[in-house]
Amino acid sequence: MLYNQIKNIRRNKIVLMSICFLLLVLALLIGLMVGSYKMTPNDVVNTLLGYGDKMQNFTIFKIRLPRVCLAIVVASALGVSGGVLQGITRNPLAEPGMIGINAGAALFVVLLISAKTTAYYSSISSHTVILMPFVAMLGSLLAVALIYGFAYKKGVTPVRFILTGVGINAGITAIISFYQLSMSKGDYNQVLTWTNGSLWGSNWNYIAITTPFVLLFILIICFKSRTLDVMGLGDELATGLGVSVQKEMIFFLILSAILAGIATAVAGNIAFLGLLGPQIAKKLFGSSHRLMLPMAACISSIILICADTIARNLFSPLEIPVGIVVSILGVPYFLYLMLKEK
Amino acid sequence: MNKKPVIVATTGIVFLVIGMMASMAIGAKDIPINEIFGAILGQSDGIHAQLVREIRAPRMFCSLLVGGMLALTGTMMQGVLRNPISEPSIMGVTQGATLAVAISAVSPLIGGMYGNFFMALLGSAISGVLILLFSMRNASMRSLSKILLAGTALSTFFLSLASVVALLGNRSQELAFWVAGGFRQASWMQVAFLVIIGGSFSIASLMISSKINLIHLGDEVAIGLGTSPERIKMLTILFLIPICGVCVAVAGNIGFVGLFVPHIIRKLIGNDYRKLMPLSFLWGSVLLLFADILARKLMAPYELPVGLFTACFGVPIFLMLVRKERK
Repeated sequence: MLYNQIKNIRRNKIVLMSICFLLLVLALLIGLMVGSYKMTPNDVVNTLLGYGDKMQNFTIFKIRLPRVCLAIVVASALGVSGGVLQGITRNPLAEPGMIGINAGAALFVVLLISAKTTAYYSSISSHTVILMPFVAMLGSLLAVALIYGFAYKKGVTPVRFILTGVGINAGITAIISFYQLSMSKGDYNQVLTWTNGSLWGSNWNYIAITTPFVLLFILIICFKSRTLDVMGLGDELATGLGVSVQKEMIFFLILSAILAGIATAVAGNIAFLGLLGPQIAKKLFGSSHRLMLPMAACISSIILICADTIARNLFSPLEIPVGIVVSILGVPYFLYLMLKEK
Repeated sequence: MNKKPVIVATTGIVFLVIGMMASMAIGAKDIPINEIFGAILGQSDGIHAQLVREIRAPRMFCSLLVGGMLALTGTMMQGVLRNPISEPSIMGVTQGATLAVAISAVSPLIGGMYGNFFMALLGSAISGVLILLFSMRNASMRSLSKILLAGTALSTFFLSLASVVALLGNRSQELAFWVAGGFRQASWMQVAFLVIIGGSFSIASLMISSKINLIHLGDEVAIGLGTSPERIKMLTILFLIPICGVCVAVAGNIGFVGLFVPHIIRKLIGNDYRKLMPLSFLWGSVLLLFADILARKLMAPYELPVGLFTACFGVPIFLMLVRKERK
């Protein structure tokens, strides 16, 4: 009886997982098809297999494929980062965008870009492109250090951590807006798109630089996911089970900040994605982090690809920042979560 | 003990007068004090007098009134929500007004000054009602972290929508100036709006300050003393909404004033809202007067957004408050 139940649950999960992956493939396909140059699903598959004409090859390989691939990398990083944060703070509403981690990364990249006196993607040198993820990581780590430092009072409690984060976020955002306001209008619009999150101008360079890091850190986190599970039980219980809570908290915070920093470096400040993905994954797959985190990455990717497709096409030829689309989708869900909570 | 409010009030008034004078005297063109008096009394009619009458004086009154009203709304909100860090800009009320203003700035249907005012009122009303729903639905919503996260989420939401609107209308940088707050467009018209709408509701809120005192003690105590907490909360929020609306319409989104001014005054004179509210108003005015002077002078000839200064003060105090919070 019990055995059957377990088997059923396992089968259900496999079915759910396959549905998620199917949805991801579908989202990919739609993301590749739709745009100012429309293609049929047939065209897309043929082009991918190497039978496309010049126009199709250019559209797919130079523009759309890097974009959706980058979306997957960014969404995975943010999804896992959010999932980890929610695990260690035991708060379903924790999210790297809301507690200032993304903003810290964004500030550093804005500083880097404005130091090079250009805010245009196209004129950023490849040198700067390589530098960007590292600078962003530095920024996000600094933000986390600030939050941790301010929240530290004989240890850090999750609630104080989040509240401090909200404050730090407000501070960093004010500094960023100070920089933005002293720019010319053209520069300003570029940076605005960027600080609100955008996949515009993605190319294979970005993907090549970020993918190894994102994969590495996600693997490390998954490898240590048992610790996360235990920390979810509460500080006392976790300590009792032999987890050094404060130390592990710092460890996971750093990893989560690095992931969020990398994502911000290439796609700007996308808020709420780190909230949506893990929460939906938790609903579907339970709270064991080993399964939940990879699925959070998958679900976040679906959301981001869809949001990006909307951002590109809704007001075509004008593109709106994808981060705005995500937050318009994400906020209602966030509020629903809050209201439902007792 | 009883002397403290008097001292706080007198120093406040002294600073206010200094600030008013300084605000009219300092600027791109410095004007001597005696000419300011001349201009006010209508004796002289030179370029200085015109500057004072048409530009400096309305701007001075705008920053004075907006500062006071923002501090007042913060105090009221903290009183009825029994929560030391609620404040209209943190809770998303001003951002709602910003969204509405962005819409009216872009769309040709409802343009002009009146359009802006009307839309700001509408926006702050909608977001105010949302906050009301969230914070009064159940008792657990009083927990700091939730209120704050809900407020942050709502503000992000409204600002995102506002950016979309502004991007589509190619007005995004103007919107950013609006979001950062400032008094560049102050005129007598706006002073009139502030005095009529903001002033009347401010006076109304001061009249219920003794009731807010009771609410602050707890719902049970308030009921025991014969007031209906729900009614007072509703009334407070109803008064708040138009005040926030006019403030945003005049000065954009100036954050944190309502957070730290009442906090400091509370430290000095205690928790009596009958004194706390007028004194917060006074010191809010003083603060914004000086912040506005700094914003004009610091990087002249460019003007910095006032909201940046208030954020500079506000964020550290916010962090301090969070640290102090138990649980």
